[in-house]
Amino acid sequence: MKDRGYYKKFGGAYLPEMLVSTFDELVEIFQTAKNDPGFWEEYVDIMSTYSCRPTPITFAQNLTRHFGGARIYVKREDLNHTGAHKANNVIGQGLLVKRMGKTRVIAETGAGQHGVATATMAARFGFKCTIYMGEVDVQRQRPNVFWMERLGAEVITVTEGTRILKDAINESFRDWVTHMDTTHYVLGTACGPHPFPEMVSYFQSIIGQEARKQILDQAGGLPDRIYACVGGGSNALGIFNAFLDDPVDLVGVEAGGEGLETGRHASRLSSKDASVGVAQGYKTYFLQDNDGQMRETHSVAAGLDYVGVSPILAQYAETGRIRFEAATDREVMDALSLTIQKEGLIPALESAHAFAQALKEAPAMTPKDIILINQSGRGDKDIFTIADAFADPKWQAFIKEKAEGYHA
Amino acid sequence: MLESYLDNRLKQKEILLMTHIVLGYPTFEDAFKIIESMVNAGVDLMELQIPFSEPIADGPVILHANQKALAKGATVKKCVDFAKTVAETFEIPFLFMSYYNILFKYGVERFVDTMAENGLQGAIVPDLPPEEGKDYLEAMDKHRLSPILIFSPSTSDERMNYLGAFGRGFIYCVARKGVTGVDTDFSRQLENYLVRCRKATDLPLALGFGVKERADIDFLKGKADIAVIGSETIRLVDKEGVGAVEAFIKTLR
Ligand SMILES: Cc1ncc(COP(=O)(O)O)c(C=O)c1O
Repeated sequence: MKDRGYYKKFGGAYLPEMLVSTFDELVEIFQTAKNDPGFWEEYVDIMSTYSCRPTPITFAQNLTRHFGGARIYVKREDLNHTGAHKANNVIGQGLLVKRMGKTRVIAETGAGQHGVATATMAARFGFKCTIYMGEVDVQRQRPNVFWMERLGAEVITVTEGTRILKDAINESFRDWVTHMDTTHYVLGTACGPHPFPEMVSYFQSIIGQEARKQILDQAGGLPDRIYACVGGGSNALGIFNAFLDDPVDLVGVEAGGEGLETGRHASRLSSKDASVGVAQGYKTYFLQDNDGQMRETHSVAAGLDYVGVSPILAQYAETGRIRFEAATDREVMDALSLTIQKEGLIPALESAHAFAQALKEAPAMTPKDIILINQSGRGDKDIFTIADAFADPKWQAFIKEKAEGYHA
Repeated sequence: MLESYLDNRLKQKEILLMTHIVLGYPTFEDAFKIIESMVNAGVDLMELQIPFSEPIADGPVILHANQKALAKGATVKKCVDFAKTVAETFEIPFLFMSYYNILFKYGVERFVDTMAENGLQGAIVPDLPPEEGKDYLEAMDKHRLSPILIFSPSTSDERMNYLGAFGRGFIYCVARKGVTGVDTDFSRQLENYLVRCRKATDLPLALGFGVKERADIDFLKGKADIAVIGSETIRLVDKEGVGAVEAFIKTLR
């Protein structure tokens, strides 16, 4: 093993022997690419011609006026091709797959955004593609399943374990350990064994690089606080990275589910329920019992419904450089509703966690203060969940009619 | 010590047999009966797997056994106590098999102390390469227990030498890519791989993954020292019940 990637005591590479040589190859390819100035140029070029980079920053003037506190700006990762920051990571890893000469990619997905991004990249670059998705997530993010299949990917429903993101990751590893000669596993977040945390945050750092320039230009200064939702941690690290040395309060927002006190949540760093452990190839805080068995997690947002968290974020939680908060499902729905009505923005349920926390804190701040929210993705995929949350009668009538049309 | 036990046995038999069970599956009582049948049928040593919720190196058969054992209330404490009884009752050596988080949460040193007290002879931890396992290897060494290291077909000669230096007891050679419980092609290629393993270490070689019948074991004679039967007995118990185990193991010898 070439190098193990520790962030204080977190991270590492707890690999089955079968995968050690595959990881050695990946570490080498990634380091070589990183040291090649042409590589980042090629990456930025694709991201600006195939996706929509740089994504803009939007001044949320109506929300700002509504609360009368801090000035609110939004980084628009929803305008990336495929509708989320996930494309940044996927295109980057796709370029590495080409360098390695592999012909097939696999990925886990929770919200389906990473799956759609991977299936899109595979279509564009000419790779075969298999996506693993928990049965619960297939149900709640059905539109993305449809698009993955249209894009030519095989979507495998995972019925093991808790049937969500972590279980999809396990199945991806089981596939990889069988097919690593031809296949690259495009892990979707800054978790897993080294080099994934480093590599995924490297590609996502494009968010913060752009955002820092944009906010200085548009707002005339650095933000006082930046909010990002935290599933595995890739969009948060992507935007935070550029501001680590600035006097900026960085706030990671986890899924509070039905409330931290209920135990039904996915808050690893903002609750007291998680402890340090080793699973899925890396060491971090996990929601687990005293024996080390992983617990069931809960969130309205499939992409945040995960037992572990980036080792890089675990490190910053311990040093105190990043503050971690939780937003409940209820708070998220309210923030989502308000944002849609006031700004005409439709954040993904994941991203709406960042909005919820920002909107909690903004009123107590002053118009001299600037806050920046990372809108990691758009909410189109959540149409069924949001319609249910608001018990939309016209939508229900439409679905019934549609079902009749299929003679269901 | 495990090594001298294996040496002695290998003087009497051409190839030894190691079997595997998941603790608490189907129940602890049944697991005890399975072990008894296996010992009666002439098994030489056994792996006792402490179930884990995320067994990424295991295929569907062992994965389901892990999940069901946990659902029925298997805890690490129950597994450890059970293993103590088993090691006191039967003559053959027993090893723990589990994923690293089980040891880590228990406390690596405390876990190894407990193994020694309870009469276990070694452990297989498939997600703990020696680079990450310094504490574990030191604790095992202190108690003269055997950390079983793993070779795979994708392991380079150089790395086999490196791993071999940390291994005690025997080396577990994974027969092929993939997870447990899938068929293995017992071919020339496998033979060449075992020759490569043999060159890298003086320890006995165990070959596991996909071994399920007499013909497989006959193929391995002269090439490996221990044949490992894993998923196949769980499959059998699922289909035909605990009573079928003894006769099945006897067909392998
Ligand atoms: C839109 C969106 N935001 C955020 C996330 C959470 O992932 P991460 O914490 O890696 O950014 C997801 C994951 O599926 C997502 O789809």
